[in-house]
Amino acid sequence: MGRNILRSPIMLLLPSILAIGFVIIIPLIFSFYTSFTSYKLTRPDSLFNFVGFRNYERLIDNTKFWYAFGRTILFLAVVLNLELLFGLGIALLINKITWGQRTLRTIMMFPMMFSPILVGFQWKYIFNDNIGLLNNFLYLFGYESAIPWLIDKYLAMGSIMVAEIWANTSIFAILLLAGLLGIPRDPIEAARVDGCNSWQVFKNITLPFLMPFVFIALTIRSLDVGRAYDIVHIMTGGGPAMRTELLWTMIARIGYKDANMGFANAMSYVSIILSIAFTYYFFTKLVAARRELGQQ
Amino acid sequence: MKHIKKISFWFLVLFLLILICLPGIWIFVSAFRPNPEILSKPANWIPDRWTIHQFTQMFSINGYVSVPAFKYLMNSIIISSVSTVIAITIGMMGGYAFARFNFRGKNKIFLGLMLARAVPGISLSLPLFILFAKLGIINTSFGVILVYVAMNVPFTIWLTDGFFRQIPKEMSEVARTDGCTRLQAFWNVELPLAGPGIGAAAIFAFLLSWNEYALASIITRTVHSKTLPIGMMDYLDEFTINWAGMCAIAVVMIVPALILTFIVQKHLVSGLTFGGVKG
Repeated sequence: MGRNILRSPIMLLLPSILAIGFVIIIPLIFSFYTSFTSYKLTRPDSLFNFVGFRNYERLIDNTKFWYAFGRTILFLAVVLNLELLFGLGIALLINKITWGQRTLRTIMMFPMMFSPILVGFQWKYIFNDNIGLLNNFLYLFGYESAIPWLIDKYLAMGSIMVAEIWANTSIFAILLLAGLLGIPRDPIEAARVDGCNSWQVFKNITLPFLMPFVFIALTIRSLDVGRAYDIVHIMTGGGPAMRTELLWTMIARIGYKDANMGFANAMSYVSIILSIAFTYYFFTKLVAARRELGQQ
Repeated sequence: MKHIKKISFWFLVLFLLILICLPGIWIFVSAFRPNPEILSKPANWIPDRWTIHQFTQMFSINGYVSVPAFKYLMNSIIISSVSTVIAITIGMMGGYAFARFNFRGKNKIFLGLMLARAVPGISLSLPLFILFAKLGIINTSFGVILVYVAMNVPFTIWLTDGFFRQIPKEMSEVARTDGCTRLQAFWNVELPLAGPGIGAAAIFAFLLSWNEYALASIITRTVHSKTLPIGMMDYLDEFTINWAGMCAIAVVMIVPALILTFIVQKHLVSGLTFGGVKG
């Protein structure tokens, strides 16, 4: 038995596929079914009340949903771009340091160990208008009126983005730093001898070499974008007046608070497709970038 | 001019360090002082009075328990370690299959596994809640472990696949011509060589289980199966938050994660990049 098991890739993959099938695939099929019913948690018999596409039609008509959808896209676009940018900046910065680089790298990984829920509470406290660290700090400089970071509709979204960026920039920084450390010295020196300035070197040599690492980081990150739910849930709960409601918090509210599972599952499907599309896109980019690097 | 450049460079580094570390330091300091002091204005960074009151309360040395943190800690440790061990074992088998065999639909299966991992926890929690309730495994450690195993398997496969590819096929072949079975060759040659990578994958799996909230908040209900991130919510009343208690439980949560990450941090990065670049 033990001898045969290592010979057959299917036998080796079977446990993984079974686990994923049971915890992810079957529930998804089930929720796909319930998205066509008027299932409410409070009325179990409604599980068999087939309503066709009505949940999806309601979704299309629901402006709140489309606002949340647009907000989620905007949120992801802003957050991922800034994380990439800051991550690249930090990686370039640390790459220049020769003394104490390993210690710095370790410190940089600090936010990665924080549970998203902890990140949420931490920044909820920092941004608290009354007792928060940030307003306290501004108070020191004579700015006495308390800024309502989490209550104002624009500031709240910005505050959440700051928390999200604080938590996830390090994964970009670390992976890009690993990429920078692996760049061969020769082409850079040759380019300098030929008279390239540092911007040209960066654009033509460093950046192309870094691209696979950028896509690794983006792929890994895209697996976890849904975790932003934890941070929003804690910091504002989707408020004020649903101004920070993302798809995920909206799903939780409609599914559990309003107990309207069918409708929430229809919404879930939209968010699942969104996440999968993100991951798929970055993954194919990664494969392409990898192939290019292999050919060089 | 050169000096100014250098000074501003270090100033930037210092600023970054402060930005990264300050929130954590604040949590740590606040865990050891009474609540009124946390709320004082202006902020007081060095406590006037150090106290371990929150910790003694949490771990019920006085016999009075407001938040059964010890139970949560035990749940967290059991759930995270068991699910990590299982996920690594079966994920490693999968990674080995992808690294060493060519079979039909290989790339499609690989992509499918990764995409399964991309499903957001909150979307998955709705059907899991209903299914687990029907199967009677809601609010059990078993249920949570099962979920975390499935969530950790794809990423483990990705990482271990990269590491197994690093090891030349010939090494296992030589061992087998010397009379080892494939399993023996795996156990004695390939596994030790891939050790650091597997360690990194294990830490990732452990941290994900240790920190997960969205799913656990739905499928755990009572002290039987609640983990630390869910337990944190106990410090949240309708209108007030016990910040000191929350900081204390946060410290309990961060310290093990910190220690684990420091141990394998070197392999963590190479694990991620090998898996990705050379996969």
